[in-house]
Amino acid sequence: MTEFAYYYLNFEVMAQYLPTLLVGLRITAVLALLVTVIGIGLGLILAVLRSFRIRLLTAAIVVVVDILRSIPPLMLLIFAYFALPYVGLTLPSMTAAVLCLSLILAAFAEEIFWACILSVDKGQWEAARATGMSFLAILFLVILPQAIRMGIPDLTNRTIAITKATSLASAIAVPELINRSMSAQSIAASPSPLMLGAALYLVLFFPLVVGSRLLEKRIRGVAR
Amino acid sequence: MLELDKLYKSYGQNTVLKGVSLSVGAGDVVCIIGPSGSGKSTLLRCINRLEEPDSGAILMDGLDLMSPKTDIAKARREIGMVFQGFNLYPHMTALSNVTLALRHVLRVPKREAIDRGQEALDQVGLSDKSGAFPGELSGGQQQRVGIARALVMKPKIMLFDEPTSALDPELVGEVLSVMRRLSDDGITMVVVSHEMGFAQEVASEIVFMEGGHIVEQGVPAEVFRQPKQDRTAQFLSRIRG
Repeated sequence: MTEFAYYYLNFEVMAQYLPTLLVGLRITAVLALLVTVIGIGLGLILAVLRSFRIRLLTAAIVVVVDILRSIPPLMLLIFAYFALPYVGLTLPSMTAAVLCLSLILAAFAEEIFWACILSVDKGQWEAARATGMSFLAILFLVILPQAIRMGIPDLTNRTIAITKATSLASAIAVPELINRSMSAQSIAASPSPLMLGAALYLVLFFPLVVGSRLLEKRIRGVAR
Repeated sequence: MLELDKLYKSYGQNTVLKGVSLSVGAGDVVCIIGPSGSGKSTLLRCINRLEEPDSGAILMDGLDLMSPKTDIAKARREIGMVFQGFNLYPHMTALSNVTLALRHVLRVPKREAIDRGQEALDQVGLSDKSGAFPGELSGGQQQRVGIARALVMKPKIMLFDEPTSALDPELVGEVLSVMRRLSDDGITMVVVSHEMGFAQEVASEIVFMEGGHIVEQGVPAEVFRQPKQDRTAQFLSRIRG
């Protein structure tokens, strides 16, 4: 037991590496926030574009979305960071990470939004059309508010999953929380910084998970 | 005010309207009755082109609603519609349901829209429910909000697509009495309904449809008491049990 504490819960080591891990935590938080906002925003835009039912545009969206949903996030990160420079596009690691993870979240979010748009009752479109509303007004005032509400449980799950995948950005040298925890682990020759890193992940994501649960409950209460 | 001329409509092999012509005058209350599958709802939904007729003409006050040049969305402002399933917007209060098109189609200023919305809710006896969401209202109340939503646009004509069919029997009366009041106010209405009592009492004209045709039409006293066509008589005796 003392050996376990010495290696895994060595507070001395933890204290030493806390400052650098906190910087990593901030980077992880920024990464997660950017990915969430850009990913969900882009997903919504794609779903809206798809609802115009322009054949070529829809086909393009479906193909891209399906590819993004099939690729392991790590592959996409490595490709964007290590392969794109060969075609003349060098992205800073943070940019590459935000881009890749946002695109993946956008792909899943598009599918969620689209499914929800389709599942809004046809009568809602008809009622609004019958009052002379335009397609865009109906979409934005009548359909999307209902679709978004329906999509929230799936969206929060997907968002939590992808924001945790920010740890993959360590593979392309983004100095976020995992990256720094692992560096610290090798330098200190102790896994205690990893434990600290895990604790910091909890601090960051646990409130999010709890918050999403509350949000879902609220939505379900209103949706009737 | 409304002229339908030889409307045809098919879904694949199934022809549901086989050249239906109908004329509705200002202030008329036309009740369309007939067995299910007779095409009466389709006919009603063709009037504001929620269903696209295959051919024929729809004229409203001389405006050709079938013409590609006609802005159908604009024409729909003057054609109120009430649905069997209410189709209220569940994420909005009763008042917002009523004022949405006022605000975003007619561009009525917010304050005025609220006043007109309240007035419309008042007309259907729901002035105290303006802040309620559809889910908090009974079916009858929801349908009355649906009527207010159409009414608030001050339409030239109101279309009712089986407005009481989805209601529990004890809630039918409140909706019919609102409709009765509208007809007293001289509002032009086309009603698809199974409510024979209402049709007999309120309609200025009864239209009996079967198999995509208008089989018989006339004033309620004639159609109900002395139907000229056997099929009308059969339908009426079936429905009266």
